[in-house]
Amino acid sequence: MQKILVCIKRVVDYNVRIRVKPDGSGVMLDGVKMSVNPFDEIALEEALRIKERLGNVEVVAVSIGVGETQQQLRTALAMGADRAILVQTDAAVEPLNAAQVFLALAKKENPDLIFLGKQAIDDDANQTGQMLAALWDRPQATFASKVELSDAKAQVTREVDAGLETIEVDLPAVMTVDLRLNEPRYVKLPDIMKAKKKPLDVTTLEALGVSHGVFLKAVKTEPPAQRQKGIMVKDVAELVGVLKKKGLI
Amino acid sequence: MHKILIVGEHDGKSLNPATAKCVSCAVTVPDAEIAIVVLGSDTAAVAAQAAALSGVKSVVRLDRAENAHPLAATFAPQVAALAADYTHVFGPSTSFGKDLMPRVAALLGVAQVSDLMAVESAYKFRRPTYAGNAIVTVEADASRKLIATVRVASFEAAAGGGSAAVETKSLSVALPAHTRYIGAKSGSTDRPDLQTASKVISGGRALGSAENFKLLFSLADKIGAAVGASRAAVDAGYAANEMQVGQTGKIISPEIYIAIGISGAIQHLTGIKDARTIVAINKDGEAPIFEVADVGLVGDLFQIVPELERLIG
Repeated sequence: MQKILVCIKRVVDYNVRIRVKPDGSGVMLDGVKMSVNPFDEIALEEALRIKERLGNVEVVAVSIGVGETQQQLRTALAMGADRAILVQTDAAVEPLNAAQVFLALAKKENPDLIFLGKQAIDDDANQTGQMLAALWDRPQATFASKVELSDAKAQVTREVDAGLETIEVDLPAVMTVDLRLNEPRYVKLPDIMKAKKKPLDVTTLEALGVSHGVFLKAVKTEPPAQRQKGIMVKDVAELVGVLKKKGLI
Repeated sequence: MHKILIVGEHDGKSLNPATAKCVSCAVTVPDAEIAIVVLGSDTAAVAAQAAALSGVKSVVRLDRAENAHPLAATFAPQVAALAADYTHVFGPSTSFGKDLMPRVAALLGVAQVSDLMAVESAYKFRRPTYAGNAIVTVEADASRKLIATVRVASFEAAAGGGSAAVETKSLSVALPAHTRYIGAKSGSTDRPDLQTASKVISGGRALGSAENFKLLFSLADKIGAAVGASRAAVDAGYAANEMQVGQTGKIISPEIYIAIGISGAIQHLTGIKDARTIVAINKDGEAPIFEVADVGLVGDLFQIVPELERLIG
């Protein structure tokens, strides 16, 4: 194990209550707090723990996005990544395109492992890791809740609908992480200072030989339908009465 | 004419109800002919179940020893090869479909529409983003194959009574050996499956302990309900991972959802918005769960739940 790539996305912070633009062209992003996608933080944390356990492993944080994405990569460096690469573009990058970019980086960097969050909390697509694994022609272990490495293999416990499933994959491999894999560390001030000196390379889609593609055109964005306001009952007897009347119990 | 291939999900014995929901989604695509493919080591039983779904024209069986377990790396090249005969390939937005379908899409060099919730036309769909707080209408290029996962909570299961033709195919597709199935541990109970149950009772952090969750199990058993949990309750170790309902857990659409001691974070509400009736029991009358509840009761769950169980009887 020599190198781990961790793919990071800049997204609207988990705690922000997003609002849809009145003209239906998207969601309001002006002045909204942006953060590292929470699942990607877990992905990075796992890479850092492997590095701390095995030593001599380089952890590279990579991202695609606007210039300000450097902030999120600096956070990754402060958490403990050794260096970072930003593929800078102002265009929206869909999962297939992102996978093509990460493939280009994988071919350049030759990592043993690539970690990603299982989904980004903005588009909720849950695609990029699987697509990257397919394009790279390597194994995928999605929704990982436990990762055990041995030689050139890994045993991964996955969170599936029925419970837990364990698979074994040869390395190099792509892993997408689920919530309960670990709890990411907090960044301390000295680490933020140290992170400023770590290398952060900026490159472009063109330099990587990837063309920007629009595969799905967003026609319109709307707020969800609201549920009708309900009723309050005063006690259990009344509750049971209402539910029986509706034929629910 | 649109030819839609649905990747059937099953455990070797029975077809997962998510497949029947994908069929209901596919029939809303105009001018569509629907096929289901089942992959396994012996799919005779599940193929017969798939063939009985109303609206399905044909069922394709891909039986080979390597298909004994649903590994995306193994299934994807076969589904991608079979996709040559179809315009659309749908899979359920379950852990099975989420794992498999993007790999299929990438092998075909096309995008995927995740969590398809409504069909506007054969290449135009609605899907949720931002934990369901922004619904986006997306349009795909009609000249390319369309891959999608279907948000199963948005569709009712297709009825039975069909009689589709079943065909066994053998594809000469090389399969990778780099991914191996080791085993599974299911939190199986005698209770209904959370994803498909018509009644669901969920508990939140206010339950206070795994021990106290027994209150909910007892009530659930009385009314034949599945038991779910909020992320907070799962994170606190009160409930198993697979019980989590919400943006990153299960998205469900039961007839009745009873939220007990759940405050109602946006990420949780995402998972229950399609429930027919939401009942909320919480000691905090200001909890956001009451904004979406059809019936609300403010009070101490430790008094209310036992009383509810008694009065229901």
